Amino acid sequence: MNHYSYIALIPILPLASFLLLGLFGRKYFKAYAGLLGTASLLAVTVLALITAGQYFFEDGKVNGVYQKIIALKYTWLQFAPGVSIDMGIVLDPISVMMLVVVSFVSLMVHIFSLGYMKGEERFATYYAFLSLFTFSMLGLVIATNIFQIYMFWELVGVSSFLLIGYYFDKPSAVAASKKAFIVTRFADLGFLIGILILSFHAQTLDFATLIERLTAPQSSYFMSISTASFLGISVLTWGLALVFMGGAGKSAMFPLHIWLPDAMEGPTPVSALIHAATMVVAGVYLVARLFPIFSTSEAALHLVTYVGLFSAFIAAIIACTQTDIKRVLAYSTMSQIGYMMFALGVAKQGGEEGLGYMGSMFHLFTHAFFKSLLFLGSGAVIHMVHSNEMKDMGGLRKLMPITHISFLIACLAIAGVPPFAGFFSKEEILLAAYHTNKMVYAVGLFTSGLTAFYMFRLYYNIFWSKEAHIHGEHHGEGTLSMKLPLIILGILAVVAGFVPFSHFVTSDGVALETHIDYAFSALPVAFGLAGIALATYLYKTANDKPAAIANSLGGLYKAAYKKFYIDELYLFITKTIIFNLIGRPAAWFDKNVVDGLMNGLAALTAKISEMIKGLQSGKVQSYALYFFGGVLALAAMFLYLWK
Amino acid sequence: MLNDFLVLMKQELVVTLIIFILLFIKVGSKEWKNEKLLNTVNVLLLLNFAAGCIGNAEGSLFNEMFIGNAITALEKNILNLGTFIISLQSYAWLKNHKHVAEFYMLLLSTLLGMFLMISSGNLLMFYLGLELSSIPLAALANFDLEQRRSSEAAFKYIISSAFSSGLLLFGISLVFGTTGTLVFSELSAALNGSPLQLFAFILLIAGFAFKISAVPFHLWTADVYEGAPASVTSYLSVISKGAVLFVFVSVLYKVFRPLAETWYHLLFVVSAATMIVGNLFAIRQNNLKRFLAFSSIAQVGFVLIGISGSSQTGSAAVVYFILIYVFSNLAAFGVVSLISALTNKETIDDYKALYKTNPLLSWALTIALFSLAGVPPTAGFFGKFFLLIAGTGKGLVLSYVWITIAALNLIVSFYYYLKIVKAIFMDSNTTPIQRLQIPAVSKLALFICLAGIVLTGLFSFVYEYIYSLSPVF
Repeated sequence: MNHYSYIALIPILPLASFLLLGLFGRKYFKAYAGLLGTASLLAVTVLALITAGQYFFEDGKVNGVYQKIIALKYTWLQFAPGVSIDMGIVLDPISVMMLVVVSFVSLMVHIFSLGYMKGEERFATYYAFLSLFTFSMLGLVIATNIFQIYMFWELVGVSSFLLIGYYFDKPSAVAASKKAFIVTRFADLGFLIGILILSFHAQTLDFATLIERLTAPQSSYFMSISTASFLGISVLTWGLALVFMGGAGKSAMFPLHIWLPDAMEGPTPVSALIHAATMVVAGVYLVARLFPIFSTSEAALHLVTYVGLFSAFIAAIIACTQTDIKRVLAYSTMSQIGYMMFALGVAKQGGEEGLGYMGSMFHLFTHAFFKSLLFLGSGAVIHMVHSNEMKDMGGLRKLMPITHISFLIACLAIAGVPPFAGFFSKEEILLAAYHTNKMVYAVGLFTSGLTAFYMFRLYYNIFWSKEAHIHGEHHGEGTLSMKLPLIILGILAVVAGFVPFSHFVTSDGVALETHIDYAFSALPVAFGLAGIALATYLYKTANDKPAAIANSLGGLYKAAYKKFYIDELYLFITKTIIFNLIGRPAAWFDKNVVDGLMNGLAALTAKISEMIKGLQSGKVQSYALYFFGGVLALAAMFLYLWK
Repeated sequence: MLNDFLVLMKQELVVTLIIFILLFIKVGSKEWKNEKLLNTVNVLLLLNFAAGCIGNAEGSLFNEMFIGNAITALEKNILNLGTFIISLQSYAWLKNHKHVAEFYMLLLSTLLGMFLMISSGNLLMFYLGLELSSIPLAALANFDLEQRRSSEAAFKYIISSAFSSGLLLFGISLVFGTTGTLVFSELSAALNGSPLQLFAFILLIAGFAFKISAVPFHLWTADVYEGAPASVTSYLSVISKGAVLFVFVSVLYKVFRPLAETWYHLLFVVSAATMIVGNLFAIRQNNLKRFLAFSSIAQVGFVLIGISGSSQTGSAAVVYFILIYVFSNLAAFGVVSLISALTNKETIDDYKALYKTNPLLSWALTIALFSLAGVPPTAGFFGKFFLLIAGTGKGLVLSYVWITIAALNLIVSFYYYLKIVKAIFMDSNTTPIQRLQIPAVSKLALFICLAGIVLTGLFSFVYEYIYSLSPVF
């Protein structure tokens, strides 16, 4: 165990740089704040890679099964006999994988921000917040027990609140950060109650013991939690559903997703970090962490499946209608996380049936790279045109060649075109769904077509469609520090899919043999390509289309007519059916009903509070009267009603 | 016997001694300067706290009228610490006051009353302690002598307090009538849950609920808190409440254990109402003193959850939470009363853009509010978390309903605590509070509180120590 003790540095380094930058950054080394933060993250990333190398290739495996290794454990508080709260570091395939993903993406964002945030007045504060966030996220990933994960979970919430509200002189940013904090807090209350239920029945907070006690069908703990029921549903399912509620809040699953699009008010690199690769997948990670327990409750798995599936689908449709490029990406993130969730939902513990689990983690892994690339790329674009709106963009491919290429790679990856990364992971998810639930498979398949469509709609609108109208002075693609992460992530978006992921990360630690089945792949790829084709046809340029039509005019009127007819049909389907009949109402529902419900609750609270204010009259006689009334009411209640 | 008396009642004796020292200073021929007097008192209070840390024994005196053990000594010392902090915070206000010695004599008399209450082993002793701790408080509430609303506060307090004492005494006499005893150790065997006893019990609970301002017995709180001088308000809302909560735990656990079924449900009703009403009122407040008063009502609702656990864990979680609550609430009150004393500004609107001019006070208030709201890694988070764990200790469905209500209230409280933080850091203001010269003593008090907020959360031995002292039930 001691040869892993260096891992303690992984969370400590960002914490140290947070304290240093937070306390002294603004005064003493404003100019070096970025470099300092980046250097510490670079060290963390190297350590994470070393850890991964050591774990996966040297001593993680015993008899062909990856073990859970407790690298460090410190009993922090003996709460009651038998129940202690520990702080520790656990190494198992998913935590090591997450360590790599979080530290790597965070490093990219740190580097990118060197250029992007240059000249900001609170540059050091920004890096301090980034360090704090990275620290919390790493602490969450390596948590050995449910209390530790909850604590870091809350810290992640606090630091993302600070980052989203970074531009605090912008009222919309302040509102968004508050919304994100309150909505995720609301979800966290479910998480908290879930923790209390599970830990009460298992009499422990430690993950390993918790899983052991709540999965063995003969254990007294399992008996007590699965036989007790509340409103006809077993307490086990309640506990899991409540824990899932916490995960759904952080991971922006329907209907707790409303904070995510607004959170785009934060600086764009922050979106790349928080809303692409790290915080939003915390919910998926949480379900994966407790997966053995989830797999004992059919109902809880169904909940995960259908919430994930519905989120994936509805978010993809809404993404088709958005014009703010960051919002498109936000909905797309929600949709992809929906994939990860339902993949977990259709999985079972162990063996071949654990394919969904592996697919989900694989998708988490690849998605982190291409989605952070998309966000950083859009950051570069916004840096260039100073707007988030598609209408202000277009034709940027010549001005920003590196951004263009890397963005294209990322779009191909998310669309699931082979051999880019997203293809492999999405393939596993769809395969798992295909084997267990055909309906889930069908919706997943259709959504992947939609994904390709809206991503390429975005791509063409930014880089093609019309001539760039930025003339004269512009600052190019930005500094090297902005280009470098794009290039690195672009390469990863290509190669990440070739990692033999199923050998490393599976539900039970045993390597799973997967291979690409071409017959099966044909359909998803076809859907993806169809989406791309449609987007190309509609959005590539305003100039190309007449030219193409003119070409066909040279030969056959009939063909031209027919093509025109198809065009109309496409237009009708996309513009009228998808946009107006489904997309708009979905967006409307989202905006008015889901948001409205939350606003209504707030209004109701204010109203009741207004009503009871009348009691506080200032007259001491009436206080005495209420006092006496209270005594009588309690006496009546307990002497007659509630004996 | 005398030796026992000296050891067991050590803390009471030290407080009495200080009262007498102050009396002699007051009636002495030489007029003391305020600064000198305040410094002397603060040193004495510090010594009082230090004396409470050492050499505590276990035993009982006067036919079990008075019971002392490790946990009561700790509880009293938490109150000592709180009183010391409040005394430091009052420095700026008392420096120009004419009656400093009287202020401390009254304050320490109430503290003595609380000590007797905590150590009481007999309902009569409990009642005497309670009265000793309330009557001087009414005089303290009136200590802003020129202010009309201060007199009003005192008047409302004394009338409400008398009313609640009347009901409490009625309850005690009914208990005596049905069981023939007032001694705690005999009472639990004599209780059988007859309707008359239940009624007497509810009257007793109402007496407690009045002191901790649980709903529906809380209405006096807002008026008194707003009218009384800031230091007295923080004393009322922290020390006085804390003391009664300590007693509440031991009385419920030890004496009324036979009625556990009833009081579990009763606590549920009172706690749910307290959290909801406290929060709904707090949302609307624009005056920070009133705001803190209502938010402290809601906090009490939380403590009741921990009490409902009726276990060693429950008792430990309550003591631990109150320790944290002393630090957090006094830090918040300290900042608010300092600003109010120096500038007379008390509303949230006045606090807009405070960060620009007074970063230290802003951070202190923010950390305190985060702790009150229960955001990790501040101690308040652990305190609340442990209360909730203790509350689920029974595994009843009702306890989950209860915790759900609590968690919903947590969200509401988050909203209003954040509202203040937002005003301080994010809002703009054309006329912010000017840069303030903070007296060194007030700074010291703030740092003690902030250190407490951070350290009691991070260092586990605080909780483990409390747990090891808590009695097993």
